[in-house]
Amino acid sequence: MDGFPLPSQIGDVPGAEDWRSMYPYFTRFQPEDDKRFWFYNSMHFPEPMPAFDTVTAEIPYQAIGSNTARLFVFPTTLGIEHRIVNGRVYITANPVLDPAEVERRAAAFGPRAAHYYENWDALYEGWKERLRGLINEIESVSVPELPEWEPESAVFSARGVSQNHYLLENFRKCLDLYSRAWHHHTEMLMLGYGAYVVFFQFCTEAFPEISDQAVARMVAGIDVIMYRPDDELRRLARLAVELGIDDLFADGADPGQTLSSLTDRGDSGRRWLDAFAEARDPWFHVSTGDGFYHHHLSWNDDLTVPFAALTGYVAAVKAGTLHDRPTEELRAERDRIASGYRSLLSSAEEQAAFDQMLGLCRLVFPFVEDHKFYCEHWFTTRFFQKVKAFGALLARFGVLAEADDVFQLRHTEIDQALSDLSLAWAAGSPPLGGSHWPPIVAERKRMLKVLRDWSPPPALGPVPEALNDPAVRMLWGVTSERIESWLHPSADEVVGVAASAGVVEGTARVLHDVNEIGSLREGEILVCPVTAPSWAPVFGKIKAAVSDIGGSMSHAAIVAREYGMPAVVGTGDATRRIRTGDRIRVDGDRGTVRVLEGHGSSEHGPEASS
Amino acid sequence: MTELTQPLSEAGGAGVAGVAGGKGASLGELARAGIAVPDGFVVTTAAFTAALAAVDPDGSLRASVEALPADDVPLIAERAGAFRERIRAAPVPREVAAAITSAYAATLRSPDISDMSPEEPDPGVAVRSSATAEDSAGASFAGLADTYLGVRGAASVLEHVRRCWASLYNDESVAYRRRIGVPETGLAMAVVVQRMIAPRAAGVMFTRSPVTGDRSVVAIEGTWGLGSALVAGDVTPDSFAVSKVTGEITARRVSAKERLHAYSPGAHGVTVSETPEHLRREPCLTDAEIVALASAARRVEAHYGVPQDIEWALLDGDAPAESRVVFLQSRPETVWASRDAAQIATPLPRPADHVLSRFTRPL
Repeated sequence: MDGFPLPSQIGDVPGAEDWRSMYPYFTRFQPEDDKRFWFYNSMHFPEPMPAFDTVTAEIPYQAIGSNTARLFVFPTTLGIEHRIVNGRVYITANPVLDPAEVERRAAAFGPRAAHYYENWDALYEGWKERLRGLINEIESVSVPELPEWEPESAVFSARGVSQNHYLLENFRKCLDLYSRAWHHHTEMLMLGYGAYVVFFQFCTEAFPEISDQAVARMVAGIDVIMYRPDDELRRLARLAVELGIDDLFADGADPGQTLSSLTDRGDSGRRWLDAFAEARDPWFHVSTGDGFYHHHLSWNDDLTVPFAALTGYVAAVKAGTLHDRPTEELRAERDRIASGYRSLLSSAEEQAAFDQMLGLCRLVFPFVEDHKFYCEHWFTTRFFQKVKAFGALLARFGVLAEADDVFQLRHTEIDQALSDLSLAWAAGSPPLGGSHWPPIVAERKRMLKVLRDWSPPPALGPVPEALNDPAVRMLWGVTSERIESWLHPSADEVVGVAASAGVVEGTARVLHDVNEIGSLREGEILVCPVTAPSWAPVFGKIKAAVSDIGGSMSHAAIVAREYGMPAVVGTGDATRRIRTGDRIRVDGDRGTVRVLEGHGSSEHGPEASS
Repeated sequence: MTELTQPLSEAGGAGVAGVAGGKGASLGELARAGIAVPDGFVVTTAAFTAALAAVDPDGSLRASVEALPADDVPLIAERAGAFRERIRAAPVPREVAAAITSAYAATLRSPDISDMSPEEPDPGVAVRSSATAEDSAGASFAGLADTYLGVRGAASVLEHVRRCWASLYNDESVAYRRRIGVPETGLAMAVVVQRMIAPRAAGVMFTRSPVTGDRSVVAIEGTWGLGSALVAGDVTPDSFAVSKVTGEITARRVSAKERLHAYSPGAHGVTVSETPEHLRREPCLTDAEIVALASAARRVEAHYGVPQDIEWALLDGDAPAESRVVFLQSRPETVWASRDAAQIATPLPRPADHVLSRFTRPL
């Protein structure tokens, strides 16, 4: 029988044999792991993991598992386990298969889940409050400055505790807050997906050939936060034209330069800057990635992305081609599809059940769609910036060459480096880390580069008879058909999730980072690792979208459907296998991308910085 | 007296039921519902009855067929075969032959929907049997009766009409009737005569999935040229599915279509050949054509109120796809109609109960 390699059969990538030194012992494959089915979580972890960034697996998985298995007691599923091999994160879900055990858990699950569903909106309001609280807390964590002497005030207020004490406490506070944010993240999310799974399964039973997209379109929200950052940019572009300061938004202009020029433009400049300041908080906290790597920065961290988009929008306003999202039409379309399927059901009873399930989905979906902005975007970009500030401190004392190097250390290693710094500052000697960490950091950076070229098998271990975990099916789209395509890959065909219907042929433009959108030409097909709301301006120029990461409810999928262009998402490796300039056919009905002519250059575009 | 022939556009209309046979009546109804069908006429069951009166005046031949045991295959073959020979050998009664010849001449004069070879005086016709018991939702005789393509000249039309009449006594048809106990008396065979068309592509479609029974899709199968390649199993067709709700093409599978059945008026008639290399792996329909077919199928489904099983053809030319769609047959879908599933879900006291009950069993 054909199958996937066993975890024990995966050899070390030559030149990066020491990859294990970057990751905690509890992420290593064990001999008995050969008996289970694992798949590569390319959706969240498309790149080799820098040592610190493994917290984005460690902490989310302890949060997801405890919420499903222990807090709500989902009857059919426990938690998710993860392992790291050659820098890549593999996961497996622990389903509950024994019917008696399912029944025992169901008795506990019923009242717990019902409490959330029945009080959903009120609980969601409270949830937003708690998340804003966590965001305030992470922003207010102070990074000790470690001056030569403590200020006199420390003495006169009899503080008694010196700053070096707070090094560890405050760093650990960051991790503590990150963990809390993730517990809240999964607190409501798994129930939200539960409602979606149930509606989805009803639809596929009633209409066996219904596409994932059609189900998603009946449920999708119209006024969701995800569109807000892009809406703000359109508003700012219109304002710039209205105030007659649009000349400052020229192609390739430096954002800092533009902002300082605006201060010389009198009242108009001031009015625009006020509007800009208002839009930035919170809407520019949107991430250029999806929050699983430290280099996923927010617009506020790096203004080049929103300013590149602004330039395009200003030009569109002047050309009279900038249109708002047709929300009324989208709403009508969503209702037309839902009533179309409803009318094809065989009885009034089924229609009533359909109404209940769809209603429940629409109740939970504002959370499902908006939570990312609070967690992965707003909170997480603040979290990484704070950790980076500790990195800057370590760099100032010579422990690291530069602030970003802190992400090459595991969080427990950062603890050690901070202890070292604390001792050295107290003793009046240089920290010993200055000779210890820099060679380790350099070696890890080198290994990550080597590991980047490894093509991880999509799955490991024996093929399961049945895929029983709803999270695995819904979040990662791992179905029997998917496993089949992994087992029998086609040489010139890239397989992913059919996210938006239609078939289109054209020239590929592979962009690894949203900063490269300037190179995109009208009518090209975008091939990218993942899209986030900050990519929205791209969609006006392209005729199809292909991404490495994402499911039928991902950002690229939703935006592509709104623009009516074909999209294939969650391909895993489209950005590796397709080159800029290749002629490709995107089949958004079947979820495949075929390379028709490999004209593309073999050079990669610039990789996302690490 | 009942007419011996009827223009196709009147066949099966109110007050003339029963005389056009299933296929003829269905084509007439399609035409009246505004769906393009190739022009033609029906040789009614009255013509068949007149012809059979000459062959089997006292009904003894039919009685002997009705007496056949369903499981005696050699005996069925012997008696049915002899009966068919009698029908094919007997001259067509004079007034019947005159009616057919005149209707045939009128068909040749009619405006051509496919503007095929305007200089060609005789584009040929298809002669198709149209039994009274066939094509009903309850008992499908699909494939058990005969169709002749590219028939030219009045004499040949008369000859093929007799063959269609005789096909009522095909071994398989007789055996089938004996198995389910249909009486032989009162059975009659009408015949449809239609102008030939030379389609770019043709095939079948269902207004629900034949594979899954899904009522939200139109499933289309097609190949290059005549649909006979597909019906005869001579080619693996391309297949497409169109969502009735979103209008999107939700599935497409393009096959290597090795064989091609084509029609050209004149000496060649129907030809069977290898599909030209450059066409084999090309989809036989454009997206616009797929959508036009699905839309016509939905009109017919709405007209009849039940899912349909349709034979279609798509004319060549540059006209918009919707004006090139031609239907050759439409009848109620029978397979899924008889096994429609029980209730999938019923309303529960609270919406959340759907989730609670779903998660109490393995997914």
